[in-house]
Parts: sequence; C-alpha cells; structure tokens
Amino acid sequence: MPATTDAAASAGTTTAVPTAGRRPGLDLKRYRDLSLVPVLLVLGLIGFIVSPAFLTSDNLIGVAQQSTELSLLVLAEALILIAGRMDLSLESTIGVAPVIAMWLVLPSSGGRFHGLGLLPAWTSIPVCLLVGAVIGSVIGFLVLKLQLNGFIVTLGALTMLRGLQVAISQGQSIVDVPHSFRYLGSTSWLGVPAAVWICVVLFALGGSALAWLRHGRALYAIGGNSEAARTAGIRVERITWIVLIIGSTLAAFAGVLYTGHYGSVSADQGNGWIFQVFAATVIGGVSLNGGRGTLFGALTGVLTLQLVVNVMTLAGVPPLWNQFLNGAIIIVALVISRFASGEKQE
Amino acid sequence: MADTVTAPLAGTADPTPVVEATGITKRFGATVALQDARITVAPGESHALVGRNGAGKSTLVSILTGIQQPDGGTLLFSGSPAPAFGDTDAWRSRVACVYQRSTIIGELTVAENLFLGRQSQGALRPIRWKELRRRAADLLAEYRVEVDPAARAQDLTVEQRQFVEIARALSFGSRFIILDEPTAKLDARGIDRLFAKLRQLQEQGVAFLFISHHLQEVYDLCSSVTVYRDARHILTAPVAELGHEALVEAMTGESGGSGAAGPARRTVPADAPGVLEISDLELPGAYTGVSLAVRSGEVVGLAGATASGNVRLGETVAGLHRPQAGRITVGGRELRTGDVPSALAAGVGLVPEDRHLQGLVTERSVAENATLTVTDQLGPYGTVLPSRTRAFAQRMIEDLDIRTPGAATPVSALSGGNQQKVVVARALATRPRVVVAIRPTNGVDVKSKEFLLDRFRQVADDGGAVLIVSDELDDLRSCDRVVAMFHGRTAGEFEPGWTDEQLVAAMEGMAGPQDPHKVKGTPSHASHD
Repeated sequence: MPATTDAAASAGTTTAVPTAGRRPGLDLKRYRDLSLVPVLLVLGLIGFIVSPAFLTSDNLIGVAQQSTELSLLVLAEALILIAGRMDLSLESTIGVAPVIAMWLVLPSSGGRFHGLGLLPAWTSIPVCLLVGAVIGSVIGFLVLKLQLNGFIVTLGALTMLRGLQVAISQGQSIVDVPHSFRYLGSTSWLGVPAAVWICVVLFALGGSALAWLRHGRALYAIGGNSEAARTAGIRVERITWIVLIIGSTLAAFAGVLYTGHYGSVSADQGNGWIFQVFAATVIGGVSLNGGRGTLFGALTGVLTLQLVVNVMTLAGVPPLWNQFLNGAIIIVALVISRFASGEKQE
Repeated sequence: MADTVTAPLAGTADPTPVVEATGITKRFGATVALQDARITVAPGESHALVGRNGAGKSTLVSILTGIQQPDGGTLLFSGSPAPAFGDTDAWRSRVACVYQRSTIIGELTVAENLFLGRQSQGALRPIRWKELRRRAADLLAEYRVEVDPAARAQDLTVEQRQFVEIARALSFGSRFIILDEPTAKLDARGIDRLFAKLRQLQEQGVAFLFISHHLQEVYDLCSSVTVYRDARHILTAPVAELGHEALVEAMTGESGGSGAAGPARRTVPADAPGVLEISDLELPGAYTGVSLAVRSGEVVGLAGATASGNVRLGETVAGLHRPQAGRITVGGRELRTGDVPSALAAGVGLVPEDRHLQGLVTERSVAENATLTVTDQLGPYGTVLPSRTRAFAQRMIEDLDIRTPGAATPVSALSGGNQQKVVVARALATRPRVVVAIRPTNGVDVKSKEFLLDRFRQVADDGGAVLIVSDELDDLRSCDRVVAMFHGRTAGEFEPGWTDEQLVAAMEGMAGPQDPHKVKGTPSHASHD
C-alpha cells in the first residue's frame, strides 16, 4: 500500500534519533527508581538540624531495625505487584504464621498459652515459614485456578487469617516463645541487628533475581503484558503462583523477626500495616498495574516512611499528630516521585 | 434472498443527499489514512462501502460520526455543514452508527439502554421507570422491533441487540445509519432478519452506509457501492452495473486479466522433507478437519477473512490453543499441543496477531522483548547476563534492521514498524525450524513489509518452514503456495500465479467457476445468499 504511508517522513522520524548520542532527557528516566534518594537526603538534613541525636549510630540502627519487618512485607508486595497481582493478606500472615507455629510447638501445659506440643521447639521457624507458604499457595489456587478477584480474595484472607490468629491465641500475646524462634530478631552480628543483615541480604537476593535471572525478568513481562509473556513461552500461571508463595513466606519470616524483636507474638502484630506496605511500595516507584519498579526503589520507600516518623519524634512533634503526618507524607512523597519520574501513576 | 434492489423511495422526493463528504483527508503521523476521499448517500438509499484492510473505511466512519476531525475536506449533512467537533448531541441527530462491537450494556434493561444518559429530563429529576418503559415500548413499536423493553439486554439474541442499537440510533432523530460489519456475528437466519428489518426501515426513508467484508451481502442489500483502496476513493457505481469480478478488481487494484502474481519463484522440490504437518485438526468454534503440510524450504500462506479460523489455526501450531482432535508434527515428532514452551522447544516460532496484546511488553526495553522467548543462551543456570542479553539483542537489531536509539530503549518509543520487527525478532530469536507469522506486516510501511517477508523467505531458504497467516494479499503474494480458509475449512489451494480476485473470492466464500489450477474441497458457502 504505497499510498497509505509517507515513507520519506517515517524514515525521517526514525533516523532523527542518532544511534549513539542520547539526549540527556532520556537518561534521567533510567534513574527514576532513585527518585526518593533526594527525599531521603533532605530528611537526613532536617533530622540533623532538629536534633543532635539523629545522626548517631544508635538512632540510625534503631531506625533500620524498626524498618526490617515492614521492609520484608514491602519486598514481598513489590514482587507480587511487579508480577501484576496484589496480596492484601500479608499483614495478617505476619501474625498468624508465628501463632500457628507456637500453637503446634508449645507444650499443652505449663505456660500461659496452651499449645498442642506436637512438634519439637526447633521446628518452630520452619513450621512458621511453611504456614506462610501454605497461605500463599491457597491464595494462588483461588486467584489463578478458580480465577477469583485477587483484591477481594486477599481482603477476605486478611480478615480470616486475623480472625484465626485471635481465635488460636485467644486474643492474647504469646510471651513464652522458644529461644530459637526469638534468636534472629533479637541478636546482633558485628554490632548491627541480625534482622538488618538478613533484610539487606534478602533485598540483594531479590534484586539480583529480578535483574539477572530469567524467571526474575519474567515477572516484568508477566506484569507488563501477561498475554505477550504467554505467547513467548513463559509459564505465566506457574511463575505467578510461585511469587505469591514466596510473598506469603516472606511475610511469615517477617513475623519471625517481629516476634524476636519484641520478645513475644503480639495479638495485633501487623494489624493495619498493609496501608504502609502499599504506600512504601508505590512511592518507591513500583506500579500498581504491574510490570514496573525495582526492589531498591521499594526499599527507599520504606526508609522514607520510617525516617519521617523518626525525625518527627526527635523534633518533638506530639505523638497525637503522628497519624496525620504519616498520611500527609505518603501523599507528598507520591507527588514528589510522580514529578521526579515524570510518569503518570494511574 | 432475491437480488432485487429496493428503490430509494424518499430519494426521489428529496434530492439533497443525507451525507455528502468531499475531499476528505486525514493523516495519522506519517500515515495517510484518507486522501481526498468522498462519499455521497442519498436519502433512503442503501449504500455499500467496501475496501480491503487499511483502505480507510474505519477512518471515514469515525470522521462521519464526529469522532475524529478531518485534516481537510467538507462534510455536509442534508446540505448543511457538519456540527462543531465535540457537539455529541448534534452529531447524533444527524448520523448514527452501529459498530461491530456491541455498545449495549448487558446488565441493563432494553429500556434503559435505549435512553442511556437521558433516562430523565434533568440531572436532578428522578427517573420514572414506568414512563421510561412506556417511551421505550413506543420507540420499539415505531420501528416495529419486537423486543420487551423490560428484558435484560444480555438475554437478547445478537440481532435483537442490533435492532435495539438501531432503534436507539434512530431515536436521536437521525435518518442516516452507518452499519459497520453488522453481519460478522450473525448466523444466516439472523442475517435474513436483519436485512428484512433494514429494508423495512429503508421504506420509512432511512439511509444506510453498509460496510461488510462479505461481498455477497452488498449485492443482496445495497443499491450502490463505493470502493476505497489505499486511502483513496476508487469508484462509486450502482450495484446492478458492477459484476463480482469488477468489484474485486476495484478493491484489489489488479485487473483480472493479468495472471502473473509477484516475481517468478522456484518450486520447492516435491521430495523436500515435510517440517510442519497438520492432520485433521479440529478446534470447536474455529476450524474443523484441517490438514496441511509445509515442507522444508517452503513458505505457505494461510489466507482467510476475519472469522475463517486461519488465525486460530496458526496460534494452535504455536501452542496457544489445544485442539480437540488431530495432530501436529514438527520435524516428524508429534507436538504436545496447547503448550507454548513445548512448541518453542520443538522449534516453532510465533509472530502473534496483535503486537500490542500478545507481542510486546511495551514498557520494557527492546533487548528484553527480543529475548523474551530465549531460555538458554543468555547465561548459565537460568541467569540472564546483561552483557550477553545486550549482545544478543544487538545481533537481532542488526539482523532485522530495527531502528532504535539503543537496545535499552523501551519498545513504546519505537515506531509501529520497528515494534513489529521486535516481535519478529522475538520469534526468530530461538532459531525456529517452523515460523508461524500471523498478519506479520500489520501496520508496517511498505519498505519494512518487503524486508520482513524477505526475512521469512530466508528462514525457509535455511531449511525451515514458514506459515504466513494473513488476509493481506501482499503477504500472500510472497508465498510459494497459498491455502485459503473459509468458515473453518480449507476452501482451496493456490499455486503461484493466482490472481487477486481468485484468492479474494475464495476468502470471501465466493469460489466461482474461474477457480485456479486445483481446488481442494468445496467451500462451505455462506448459506444466506
């Protein structure tokens, strides 16, 4: 069809972009995942100004330790969102998995909490992770095999699992946690809490998998256009399922760290976190529609939220204002990352 | 159905055409969608608009309905200029369109669908449901549409839904309706009823612009026909004066006399090993009893119109559908059907039909898209090493002459033709023995088109087998052999030297007496003519 296309003009537009020289505007986009780094620096500067206590290793390590549990949930949610799905139930998994593990492990008499005592104490962590994996695979079954709406399924799971935790723990905190279960969340390696090291390693592993593993790259393809991924021979359903299982397992592991950190399985462990998780993930540049974002970006999202709280505490902002400011900062951070990346967030 | 042409009744009384478009030009970027096009429809006339894909029909429809503004030309409705762009109500009172895809909302009742967005007089007036149903009943009765206004729209049959759409269109006061492929989803009896309804409306003075790929319907229904080709107006003539051959000739731009199609090509030796063999394949609702073999070194075209099943057949070979019966073998080994990774492993590469839906992850880079199918060459143990990916992508970029600032550029920044090349790169990246290319030159300029077809030829020359699934004659002309499909069955096989009209006739289910050298099987002819 020679008449339909102005061949000369189309050749002109395609050759107008030289192969070698890139315009500077194009390059900025490659760093859109770093858009929160300036925000972090500004927050650090404010912290330094408002309080001398801010820039001390104790304070910063404290912030890092407090971020660990949330950041693991963010890691999980980021993987799931990149693959084009979502899982709201993570915030309940962080509570229910340790409780089920304690229930199976703790003796039926003696302590305040009466477990079943079915399994030896050393199995508590594996059991906890297994519970997470089972939750993830059930959600995967409902969403992928039965093709139910993922939002509502995980919303239901959120409520159901929270209820399960309350029912098993009878609404109480479980304080007599086995030592092995408490170890990872409470110990320090080389002067830094083990949980921080573990988080760093898990983020590095996840980030590397997304960057350099075939199946990691597949997540972007699935989230970006699952039909295209399918025609390219990617086993979309299987990989998505595995991601959901990994996500819930990570949430269960966050439960292990949380329990170790505070010495007990608290009754409202993780309650209401999912808003923070989504906020951190999205201001960190992960798209809610799938296919876009990096784990590093998600990590900067968590750190931003945590630093804001820390700086406000140090600045002596009345705690009653915390909730308001927390919400406000999410919106401000969204605006910043919207314009730093120059892309619509839909 | 009789071939009689209904005389335009109102047309004799009022000579001012309901629509008169002249010199319409529309460009999309570098693409000229319409060049100095024109059309005139008299009151009460049923006018057909035909043309091949890309002829500019849909662009004309969107200009006539006020969805798009023409770059130039004049548009008159009943002698007065077209309403201002964006004045939806004014447009709707002059022209109505029944689109290929239903715009009826299935969850709502017929009555509410008819008055959607105007159920009550004002935004704050509550809807009076009884009154609404009564108005709907009146409207349906006016056009003698026998549908219960209280019924849910999704419970209607396809043609009942179309009647409702037509009634709604007319209720805005328009006397001119555009029907965009209204028969595509109807069975023969539904088409009969639709045509009866259209004739009846015509007697009430309504004019139609009828767009269809089924040329027989044009002869059945319309009194005059306008042919577009390559964004231009080719001819307008009374249907009765235009034979089938002349019509196809006008659409294809090739005179029926010249038999030579494309350059002379060597024939593939008959003893060349069969690489792809399909036998008695059946997928309910798409195709039945299809057998086909593609030999090493051969490029075979699989022609067919939209619902012919040729696309689904191609996708089945690539593992996207699991056929109910039959087998596919690649290089003598039976393929596990319905599984894309197995098909890839067996050496089948697919250029999917729609690059946006099935081909590209547009936000990701050229390199990533081009290597999406590659599972084993980018690094050990399932790793994807950036350096190897870049090198691999660079090879594909050079191989296919993809114009891109770099391998890391997101595909969305590329022009359509280059995007299509990325999809082809993705298919060729695995070095397949069998390439299934579905409408591979869709939306690609003429240079890239030749390039891609040459590239497929190269795959065949290297001992592979290529199946080009398309309704574009340009694609098919480059093939060693063309198999035409119609309504899920093979309707004929064409050796080189076929003429456009022979092939188009077979694709449209009108295999006439001038059929080529050999025709296998008889087409299941459309039963409505």
